Amino acid sequence: MVCLGRICPDMLINGPIDANPYSIRLNSDGRTGAVAAISAQPPESFSASLLRSLLLLLLLLQSDTFDESCESGGMENENETNTEPVEAEVNPWEVSGKIDYDKLIDKFGCQRLDQSLIDRVHRLTSRPPHVFLRRGVFFAHRDLNEILDAYERGDKFYLYTGRGPSSEALHLGHLVPFMFTKYLQDAFKVPLVIQLTDDEKCMWKNLSVEESQRLARENAKDIIACGFDITRTFIFSDFDYVGGAFYKNMVKVSKCVTYNKVVGIFGFTGEDHIGKVSFPPVQAVPSFPSSFPHLFSGKENLRCLIPCAIDQDPYFRMTRDVAPRIGYHKPALIESSFFPALQGDTGKMSASDPNSAIYVTDTPKEIKDKINKYAFTGGQDTKEKQRLYGANLEVDIPVKYLSFFLDDDDELEYIKQEYGSGRMLTFDVKKRLIDLLTELVERHKRARATVTEEMVDAFMAARPLPSMFS
Amino acid sequence: MGYTKEQLLAHLQELRIDFIKYDHPVVLTVEAQAKYVGNVGSALSKNLFLKDKKHRYYIISALPETKVDLKVLSQRLGLGKGGLRMAPEEALGEILQVPLGCVTPFSLVNESARNVSLLLDQGFKSQESCIFHPLANDTSISLQAIDLDAYLISIGREPIYVDLEATPKVGKDQPPDLAAFAPSESIALPDYAEKIPPSESLPKSHVPTNSKPKEVKVAKPAKATTAKVAKVEKEKEKSLVGSVPLAPFSDVDQFAEEILNKTSALLLSEITEDSIKQHGEELGSMVSNTIRKRLSNELKNLAVMFKNTSYTEGFSAGIHYQQKQDSHLWGNTLDL
Repeated sequence: MVCLGRICPDMLINGPIDANPYSIRLNSDGRTGAVAAISAQPPESFSASLLRSLLLLLLLLQSDTFDESCESGGMENENETNTEPVEAEVNPWEVSGKIDYDKLIDKFGCQRLDQSLIDRVHRLTSRPPHVFLRRGVFFAHRDLNEILDAYERGDKFYLYTGRGPSSEALHLGHLVPFMFTKYLQDAFKVPLVIQLTDDEKCMWKNLSVEESQRLARENAKDIIACGFDITRTFIFSDFDYVGGAFYKNMVKVSKCVTYNKVVGIFGFTGEDHIGKVSFPPVQAVPSFPSSFPHLFSGKENLRCLIPCAIDQDPYFRMTRDVAPRIGYHKPALIESSFFPALQGDTGKMSASDPNSAIYVTDTPKEIKDKINKYAFTGGQDTKEKQRLYGANLEVDIPVKYLSFFLDDDDELEYIKQEYGSGRMLTFDVKKRLIDLLTELVERHKRARATVTEEMVDAFMAARPLPSMFS
Repeated sequence: MGYTKEQLLAHLQELRIDFIKYDHPVVLTVEAQAKYVGNVGSALSKNLFLKDKKHRYYIISALPETKVDLKVLSQRLGLGKGGLRMAPEEALGEILQVPLGCVTPFSLVNESARNVSLLLDQGFKSQESCIFHPLANDTSISLQAIDLDAYLISIGREPIYVDLEATPKVGKDQPPDLAAFAPSESIALPDYAEKIPPSESLPKSHVPTNSKPKEVKVAKPAKATTAKVAKVEKEKEKSLVGSVPLAPFSDVDQFAEEILNKTSALLLSEITEDSIKQHGEELGSMVSNTIRKRLSNELKNLAVMFKNTSYTEGFSAGIHYQQKQDSHLWGNTLDL
């Protein structure tokens, strides 16, 4: 929903049209929806129609300027009579369809991460920016500039990311945000909190409490294996940690979000149980330092940066809307695109289809087979055609995967040139990818083997972290 | 008498089965074996010789990293909980006719092992090749899983592959899924002592994943020891396994060795005739830069795991110390 500057967003409710003659539903293009909605109104008095015209005028004036501070509210209006073709679905529980990231940025209202920002990060951290930044994997942000401004002034920040432990099998797509977060932790030398939303998975995937807790611990081991520094990292599971100061913040946030709002953002229906409806604050409050008194007491002004995939944006739009109302900084975000499935560009890797992804438990042979058999390529059907026409790099999955994981810019460029022109064959590109991924997975397995139950306990203990900023 | 190694190898050759033979000093554990054949690009195997209460015997052959839970396996075979235990050493000689530390699928060639069930880890199938002892501890042979199958079929046995780590529910409506693979006949042995010495139960090896029968934790039969003792033993085993971290992340020497190994390997691979010709005097700084570029991340990852391991050990020690202090305090209070 678009908010009209000072007018309270709750006035523009997403209720059914006939319930309130003033309710104006908007399509993402702002205009046609309003007109369509209004034309369906029942006959009304003169003053009402005057008011309505004024509102409409105000709307038309405002529709070009999406006020950033009120961009909370979901754009996922599935019930609309849309003139546009079927859109890709992007929300925290479903990602499908061919995703146009530019449109998504516009629709969600976040900013593109441009080269000047990347250069700035390079300068501030005195180390080369992470491969995911260079290749545009992390491509959108909110308020990253403010975080960097504060950092330059000497005001540090903390990182917050998380995982919903719905399965034991982690694939490379799951590792992406963690790999990037580790880089941020090392580059900026800041602390990190990692939330394991076992309660969310218990509710949404209908797991037992014990099973979701068990999965959370298992996932924690893979997360730890990514190489987080135990002197700067606190991992917590909702079932274990919610309470105390954390819960107080949850209630503060809950009071600021109406039922209708949360329905509008997340698309809940009357059939959904109340656990789901009251979950969003759980994911919101780790953005506030006062939720972690054992870490940040006395540092109420500390800012938060959230690396996440862009489908989590709705939670944090809601959080950013609420934050100033309860006296907290808005959390900043740095968002990634989706890691494509082996079979192609549509949607993201799914833990339920083993051949759509490379898992961190795959053997070298399995990786080889999966890439060779299931990776969608842009190469031509025959060697001869390949030499003639070259490969279609737009849809080629091996090249896409290489752009995620091949650190050497020059080598990647070389491969793209040779493969695109046809001098290199699909087989060679796949081979390079197989070697790279095998090395990555083996390294992960090795690190995973060193994670003991004691280590998990230590990471998850609510303990002070005295050297978290040094 | 029992089949010999030479007879087995000849038999394999007759069947035109390709294998690679490695000779080495006598080894009794997978760890020791790994020192000699761990790097040949073949998967090692750990082989367990087990017995149930009805004097039926099993060989479980698995990849070293596969977790084999005897309790789960026991249920899956329809033996109830705690129905499986390590077979006594004597059975090794009597039934399999192999020496200690030499349990191997090949031992089924012996007539005496006719009724021993063999369960193979399905993980073998995805390996290029696997390593087993050919009826002797001073040799290892590596061959493909399908060739092992061929051999087993040639001696009248059916190769059975199982997901050893699966934990399916076994209950009223879910019959034990491996019950069909339990032997149909039991094997009577001259009456050796049933008692299994409890001192064998704690693993000595550094690495939690265990190897040949001697070192594997013994599954405690419920009636032999009191429930409390069994529980304490289990807790100890569990905590021991949990708290022994993997070198080179806890051992300083091994950590340093690991770094030096990686660095010198890269160094040696970079200094070739070509590169000397190409860079001449600049070779030093060239190689230095390459090493930095290629190893920097890897060494940092090593270091962070080392750091995390050390912190964890300190943290655990602190917690236990605190608990002891607290209980001490309570103890004193109660005395008053």
